[in-house]
Amino acid sequence: MTPFFQSLGMSYDWAWFVSTICGILLIALPLMLAVAMIIYVDRKIWAAMALRRGPNVVGPFGLLQSFADGLKVFLQETIVPSAANKGLFLIAPVVTFTVALMAWAVIPFNSNAILADINVGLLYVFAISSLGVYGTIMAGWASNSKYPFFSAMRASAQMISYEVSIGFILICVVLWAGTFNMNGIVLAQKGHLFGIINGFVFNPLLFPMWVLFLISGMAETQRAPFDLTEAESELVAGYQTEYSSMAFAAYWLGEYANVLLMCALNATLFWGGWLPPLDIPVLYLVPGFVWFLLKVFFFFFVFSWVKATVPRYRYDQLMRLGWKVFLPVSLLFVVIVSGYLMATGHFA
Amino acid sequence: MIHVIAFYLFAVMTVGSGAITILARNPVHSVLWLILAFFNAAGLMVLTGAEFIAMLLVIVYVGAVAVLFLFVVMMLDIDFAELRAGFVRYLPFGALVALVLLAEIVLGIGAYRAGSLDLGTPDGTAAAGTGLSNIEAVGALLYSRYLFLFEAAGVILLVAMVGAIVLTLRQRSGTRVQNIRKQNMRRPDEATVNVKPESGKGVQL
Repeated sequence: MTPFFQSLGMSYDWAWFVSTICGILLIALPLMLAVAMIIYVDRKIWAAMALRRGPNVVGPFGLLQSFADGLKVFLQETIVPSAANKGLFLIAPVVTFTVALMAWAVIPFNSNAILADINVGLLYVFAISSLGVYGTIMAGWASNSKYPFFSAMRASAQMISYEVSIGFILICVVLWAGTFNMNGIVLAQKGHLFGIINGFVFNPLLFPMWVLFLISGMAETQRAPFDLTEAESELVAGYQTEYSSMAFAAYWLGEYANVLLMCALNATLFWGGWLPPLDIPVLYLVPGFVWFLLKVFFFFFVFSWVKATVPRYRYDQLMRLGWKVFLPVSLLFVVIVSGYLMATGHFA
Repeated sequence: MIHVIAFYLFAVMTVGSGAITILARNPVHSVLWLILAFFNAAGLMVLTGAEFIAMLLVIVYVGAVAVLFLFVVMMLDIDFAELRAGFVRYLPFGALVALVLLAEIVLGIGAYRAGSLDLGTPDGTAAAGTGLSNIEAVGALLYSRYLFLFEAAGVILLVAMVGAIVLTLRQRSGTRVQNIRKQNMRRPDEATVNVKPESGKGVQL
């Protein structure tokens, strides 16, 4: 967009500045709308699987339900517990919400629609997603209340555990793609299998990695069946127990933005991102972002599906799965994938 | 222009949050300020064009090390009065450490001004680039020239990890350990019984 603003008579610095601001708004505002709608979709899918109707009162088919909820929390009073550490208590939801939006900067929506096309894109995503834990820990500690504190302990242990195996899974993808650049990873998947099917997931060596990534993603975003941080039968509502009004809404939105990010990463890293499923010229007539959003929506459906059908894990089972199953398997696959790539001369 | 603003922003924030890290009364606040310092250091790395190091700084220090710090510090019950009690006793030792650090900084800056260091040039221009991206350059150097040192570092870390496990692992007798395989093998019909008790009578299990 920089050349466009330069053509309006701005200097390069200003054109770059304005176009970056516009790019951020172009991603963040539709993302917030998408989060509002995806909460509605989540509730509808969940209701349908439980043979209920779900939200159907506000607006046609209940489409405006999320906006009504948003308005409601916006008008509520923010209550800060008297024993809370005020500064941290109020910063924590801001951290969660900001971090949830930051990683979207490097997600490619189309071949040229990417805010920051940096050559360490995947590392950036990994770095930002490892920050998500701070919003939770700070909330748990600053609330000065036992249930949020337990929840924060659980959340931090859980997120650190699964980040380790996610790191190894990403290394397998990077080895095959040969780059950390997100657009480069998408392009490396073009015609991956038999020169016609796009996506690393159709590779027999990377398919198990995708399964691990999907499950680790659920653990990382604290979605069911790994939602031990907000296990309402044990911890009231988890780390956000003491929050009310917009601070609570910030957690809610941040959580769903993170879930959407995980879906987008699944689509980008394993399912060919904005590429159509088959490498056929006709399919390229459909704009890339349509394919991308379709894939993201499909993975969100999978997330909802799992939430509606799978019972919650016990905490020791969760830790065992992370450290004793996923970590060795993903480590083994790093060895296998790199060995295979060396043997077939992929790096030559 | 924007580089200068960014540099001063990151530099001031790094030094400032570093200072508050040691001045803050509450250890949890200290760790959080430390995290902010790491963050801004990563920003400075990006400005010098070392984006790989910047990302590693965030992933390793902010994402893993600082979380563990926070984890430990949050669970400690720290008595501030007791902490401050030893202040005067340790003051001479602390002053000595501060003096040594100051001397090191002065010597370091002096040596750097004299141009005897190989890291860059005293007028601030960086060493000539190689045309490779960050990751390629680091990888090419690490896996060729410094391969032995790199692997040795890995082995040392492995030994440290094994050592930590050996130190903390203790076999206790009489503890009940879950057998996950046995739990997974269990089927509903062997775990539950269906009884139909007569009214007024209990069930013998």
